[in-house]
Amino acid sequence: MKLISLALVVLLGGLFMAATADFPDWGDPASPASLHVSPRYIEKSMEETSVPNIVTSVLADYRGYDTMFETAVVFTAGVACFLLLRRRDPRPGPKRIYRHQATGVIVEMREEPAKEPSGGVFVRIDDDWVPHDLIIMNVCRLLIPFIQLFGLYVIAHGHHSPGGGFQGGVILGASIILLALSWDLRTAMARLGETATGLMSAVGVFIYAGVGALCLALGSNFLDYRALGPLMFVDPVHARSLGIFFVELGVGLAVMATMVLIYKNLASEGLMDQGL
Amino acid sequence: MDMAQYIPLLLTKYNYWVYITLMMIGLWAMIAKNNLVKKIIGMSIFQTAIILFYVSMGAKYGATIPIIEHGHGAEAAVQAADYINPLPHVLMLTAIVVSVATLGVALALSIRIHRRHRTLEEDGILDQLREP
Amino acid sequence: MSEHFPALLVTAPLLSALLVSIASWLRPKLCLPLALLGLGVATLAATGLLARVLLEGPIGYRLGGWDPPWGIYYYLDTLNAVVAAAVAWVALVNLAAAHRAIQADYADKQGPFYTLYVLAVTGLLGMVATGDAFNLYVLLEISSLTGYALIGLGPGRAPLSSLNYLFLGTIGASFYLLGVGYLYIVTGSLNMGDLAHLLKPLYGSLAVTTAFSLIVVGLWVKMAFFPVHAWLPNAYSQAPGPAASLLAPLMTKVMVYVMIRMMLSVFTVDFVGTQLLLQHAVVWLAVIAIVAGALFALAQRDLKRMLAYIVVSEVGYMVGGAWLGNRIGMTGAVLHLINDVVMTFCVFLAAGCIFHKIRGTAFEDLQGLFKKMPWTMAALAAGALAIIGVPPTCGFFSKWYLIRGALEAGHWGFVCALLFSSLVAVVLFFRLFEIALFEPLAEGHGHGEHGSHAPAVAVAEAPLSMLLPLMAAALGLVALGLATGPVVKYIIAPVMPTGLW
Repeated sequence: MKLISLALVVLLGGLFMAATADFPDWGDPASPASLHVSPRYIEKSMEETSVPNIVTSVLADYRGYDTMFETAVVFTAGVACFLLLRRRDPRPGPKRIYRHQATGVIVEMREEPAKEPSGGVFVRIDDDWVPHDLIIMNVCRLLIPFIQLFGLYVIAHGHHSPGGGFQGGVILGASIILLALSWDLRTAMARLGETATGLMSAVGVFIYAGVGALCLALGSNFLDYRALGPLMFVDPVHARSLGIFFVELGVGLAVMATMVLIYKNLASEGLMDQGL
Repeated sequence: MDMAQYIPLLLTKYNYWVYITLMMIGLWAMIAKNNLVKKIIGMSIFQTAIILFYVSMGAKYGATIPIIEHGHGAEAAVQAADYINPLPHVLMLTAIVVSVATLGVALALSIRIHRRHRTLEEDGILDQLREP
Repeated sequence: MSEHFPALLVTAPLLSALLVSIASWLRPKLCLPLALLGLGVATLAATGLLARVLLEGPIGYRLGGWDPPWGIYYYLDTLNAVVAAAVAWVALVNLAAAHRAIQADYADKQGPFYTLYVLAVTGLLGMVATGDAFNLYVLLEISSLTGYALIGLGPGRAPLSSLNYLFLGTIGASFYLLGVGYLYIVTGSLNMGDLAHLLKPLYGSLAVTTAFSLIVVGLWVKMAFFPVHAWLPNAYSQAPGPAASLLAPLMTKVMVYVMIRMMLSVFTVDFVGTQLLLQHAVVWLAVIAIVAGALFALAQRDLKRMLAYIVVSEVGYMVGGAWLGNRIGMTGAVLHLINDVVMTFCVFLAAGCIFHKIRGTAFEDLQGLFKKMPWTMAALAAGALAIIGVPPTCGFFSKWYLIRGALEAGHWGFVCALLFSSLVAVVLFFRLFEIALFEPLAEGHGHGEHGSHAPAVAVAEAPLSMLLPLMAAALGLVALGLATGPVVKYIIAPVMPTGLW
């Protein structure tokens, strides 16, 4: 079996390599890919959308419809992970561990408590809990606000520099995941709960599709941001630029929330109580 | 057929050959490995190789990143030859997202499998399924 | 408003999927109405589009207001319009039928289930409507991801089957993506119409041939064409009922549609005609697919698994017909595509009804079922007649076209395979109905719940909300059969290229 698959794979690779003989040379400025469609994007992007970052203008405007579904793919993955993994039954095994915050004494409960101890005196900790490193916890706590600030910058500055909704959203999501890694999942859940992430990922995509539908309602084609101009008192070119900004916000929101949702489901095997 | 004619081919097309090699490594892992997580890793390599292929076809000699310099202000005409092709980058943003999404769903499925069979070795799972 | 139907067709389900997801966190009761609303709007749009295309000819739609090839362009002729209408109707009817089963099996996860269901339909409709090769890939991934999740939700070994489907599906989709990359690198365009035009001077090139092979092989993996079919029987037989009756009729058929679209509109018949060696090999592969699918189906002792292998066999019909290389064969393939959507839907929905009622579809569970569920079994029988190809059901007419196409091409192997598989289908369903008609009702039917000590069997049908859609599907089989003439004349003939090789 292994030999057959190896032969198959080598054969396939050979065919692909043979086909590259008809390709233009690497970096050739006269290749068809550089001459047919893309020059319009490069030369007209400023004039037509007022966005210097051409990747952003192509992503969110010329091919904005693709990007809407790309965001929908992220959302789909989030819902799929939730659907496959989330379960409400309690974690198998009766053991629950609590820590007395003031003294650090650890209490193990054999029975499931009728009511979770609360009031900040006892906190529940993971089954395989090891004492957290003070340095890691506090450095991360200090870093996370700056990471989030940077994430917002990346979303907002996508018009002028490498960045945009996906990149910024991933940075924002990573900051929450960092919190979950350096503290624990419960702390991260207290900051950004399950319902919040679920709603945010749907609302994010809805912002994108909603902007498109608004253009439709205003009498233009779907996602033709020019229709938004009269609404915001700007000319059609700036309306495109602003439209791109709105959809990037939606993308950022959706990507952040979905990353966190997928992480929570995978890390806790769908129980959302503890993990990693 | 002398070897000399292949040397220019190698020099101008080596980027494609690198991605094909990577892709075949991934494909082989997906077909031949027994462990489900190794297969998932192979899938990621496979998808990443395609991303490399697309990105490499956007390259142009003597061109810079596709962000127009002095975006607002100087209104000099923009020459397409000065900036690399932005379209493959856009397409690959999509492909990256797709591969992340597939990875997430694959991992979720493998957690479900592990929950049931307590193993991720494919032949172990099939053994369990065969005996009722 | 009607000029925006192409956008509504795809974005109405997308928006409703998002609203369903929001509702699942806030007001779970609203999920089903919202999902039905979204699919209803899409169905209206699809039907309206079909009417417009029939009256006015092909329609284009520029998304974002950008001209092709710079922006994404929808191009709808009668071929996509009719497939889109079939997809939308089947998805809507299936959702109406499925909600009882979803409620019963996935009570706490209805919201996400409906979300993914509507997203899957969004992806399928988008694939049918789009005229952009890369946009098609994104939509393909949406419907695939939802498919993996919906199938993986099933009981038992479903997650493993779904993961295998995911591996093969990813290989298929990646091949397609790579093929599009090869096309882009030699032409610089992603728009299908533009590609057709730009590829003309490049037909001799190895890169174009490789791109074509990559795209076609990628699509074969996704449609479970014979040598790469292994994922399908497990995945579809273990999927939850509502998911199976959505994916089995639609997913493979939409992939066949994409293959035909690629052959006719991107590479054009002039190119496919140059690949004669490939063409014969493919028809022979289709012959093997039909025969192997039929034989595997014969070996099964479970209704759902048997039906899944019949799907494999049916894919062989369509691929073979499309590659026969003449107008009648291609007409037969397209006609069979439309008919097979309804046929497969009917039988899988009937299997879903049976499973919903007696919690099992193994042959032993079916004993005496004609007395217990007469209407469901009647619909299953109608589906069976269509699969066998008995007039006046639609299956007869498309098989007729396929056989005539094969005769014209002089391909006796394909004729024999078609007749053989019809014969096997007769045996299959005869065996099934013998069990269901004459064997006494099984003791401990439905794992001890129903009818275990009733000598005179009471009729215990599936709920009316499942039965009515099933009846509609069964009637649709006959209606489609009777409408064959107009369908061929007004819908299929206009999209057949003049120089069909």
